[in-house]
Amino acid sequence: MIKLEKVSKTYRTGTFGGKLLPAVVDVSFDVRDGEVVSLIGESGSGKSTIGKMILRLITITSGRILFNDIDISTIKEGDLKNYYHDVQSVFQDPFSSYNPIFKADRIFSIIRQEFFPKVKDSQWNEKVDSSLKAVGLNPDQVLNKFPHQLSGGQLQRFLIARALLLDIKFLVADEIISMLDASTRVDVLNLLAELKSKGLSILFITHDLSLGYYISERAIILYRGCIVEMGDTKKIYFDPIHPYTKMLMASVPRLDKKWEKVEVELKAKQAEITEGCVYYERCKSPRRSTKCNLKRPDLVEVSPGHFASCFL
Amino acid sequence: MSLQIKNLVVYYQTLRGYVKALDDVTFSISDGEIMGLAGESGCGKTTLGNSLIRLEPPMKYIKGDVELDNEKLPVWNSSQMNAFRFKKISIIPQYAMNALNPTIKIGKMISELLSSRKFNYKKIKPELERRLDLVELTHDVLNMYPIELSGGMKQRMVLVLSTLLDPSLLIADEITSALDVSTQKAVAEMLVEFRNRKFVKSMIVITHDISILYQIADSILVMYAGKLAEKASTNVIVNTPRHPYTKLLISSLPKVGVRYTEKKLSGIPGNTPLLLDPPAGCRFRDRCPVAFDRCFEEPPFVEIEKDHYIACWKECTEND
Repeated sequence: MIKLEKVSKTYRTGTFGGKLLPAVVDVSFDVRDGEVVSLIGESGSGKSTIGKMILRLITITSGRILFNDIDISTIKEGDLKNYYHDVQSVFQDPFSSYNPIFKADRIFSIIRQEFFPKVKDSQWNEKVDSSLKAVGLNPDQVLNKFPHQLSGGQLQRFLIARALLLDIKFLVADEIISMLDASTRVDVLNLLAELKSKGLSILFITHDLSLGYYISERAIILYRGCIVEMGDTKKIYFDPIHPYTKMLMASVPRLDKKWEKVEVELKAKQAEITEGCVYYERCKSPRRSTKCNLKRPDLVEVSPGHFASCFL
Repeated sequence: MSLQIKNLVVYYQTLRGYVKALDDVTFSISDGEIMGLAGESGCGKTTLGNSLIRLEPPMKYIKGDVELDNEKLPVWNSSQMNAFRFKKISIIPQYAMNALNPTIKIGKMISELLSSRKFNYKKIKPELERRLDLVELTHDVLNMYPIELSGGMKQRMVLVLSTLLDPSLLIADEITSALDVSTQKAVAEMLVEFRNRKFVKSMIVITHDISILYQIADSILVMYAGKLAEKASTNVIVNTPRHPYTKLLISSLPKVGVRYTEKKLSGIPGNTPLLLDPPAGCRFRDRCPVAFDRCFEEPPFVEIEKDHYIACWKECTEND
């Protein structure tokens, strides 16, 4: 479905853009048909940047993103519109995704203007109703209302319904449930699971590890723009290889287990990126050596389908 | 008893009448207790925290008593509360880390804050530096502007600052929610460390994330729509809750090791009631799977076992 080949993004920062900030470095992975892949990382790890590059909201510095074997960075106008027919996204904050002066269903009429100008009224209303029902909303209750009259969970499901109107094949879900309450969170997650069973592929971007486990088959752990570990969700969670993944798994607050004494290194977080392993400064492994600081380890396949980038 | 609250009622004044954000709240916190305050957004947990220290319009005090270390707190009188703020009771408000003054250096800000409370910065500085070491911040941060610090660093700075005068009660409102898991863990553990070192006698930790509370809190108080639902020790709330709302809330949380294909979790159907005109009786009634006739009456918040308080007719009557 979607394939990333050595994708990098470097932002220019500083007064005149003189400084370079590598946000994503040589990231390669793919999302297959009907698969949910979690992209997990801390703030600043580049997970949203990857999502935005797939959506063509920002340009790619180097590398290629292929959608059904077509390089998306080269497609133009008409083809681009077709691309958005297949690929849509839902973002973190449902409250700021709407224009408060207009009614919430305006997001549907915009879709109609852009993509379905020839569809008849009755046909269109039917389509809207069915996609609202697909996300578990009652059309009578939610249509014709302003954004402030709807709850966060409803607004978020509205946005998913909007994406469904286009018969999409790939959804970028960027932290879509972090703003929702615990009691409605699971409903949105279950909705994604249901859509997945109908053949939708989802890139699920999150920092919440338990949510990632609940929904996805494969997980990708990012650290400072690099993939440190990637593979089957079960393996990543219960048999992590990379010291960073291990630390991350030990810091997740869980309801069935108290935290063990794992040192969290705070000071070295801001260290400069060097030639060596990105995690070198914070690495607590007793087997850490000078080799780690000199050369960046490649992402190697440790066991079938399970990749990690660590010399140890 | 460090903190005792009796029948506290605080409403918000709006043009359309009172919003009953905090209705008849009674509970106490013992010395050295870290109490977690959990609930969905809009359930009144932040209102409870704020009303103990800064009860200002549009919030309106209706009735109730608050006692801290056997001393009555004049929560209804903002100027009289000044004698207690920062010294006896301190708060880390939501988004505190974004509220640091961006135009002056952090050290200067602390010294101004202390002199406004008639304390000498020079005298306190050695203690301040000792505590900065404790939270793994370098002393250089005092010469930095807030923009130079990361979110986790700012949150730790705010923690040190608000506990500098060893208050008896610290209210920490969502201090870990904007942080990464690893930083979150460090900050949460620092809260416990501060309690263990007696910098703070007791704490109210407000968060929507029950799994964090499970790691650090001694007891958890669950609120629903402006009312108390259940208070018990952390283990009891997480493993054997009695209130139907707590049960549903705990069971809807995704856990590591639970997958939708193996065990499908479900949310709580329905929405929280509007607090402008809440339904009489139990406010959870409409969403409750076990509601019955008696729920049209207001359930009292009673102790059903030692240190286990609950407001639910079903559970109380079954006990009789």
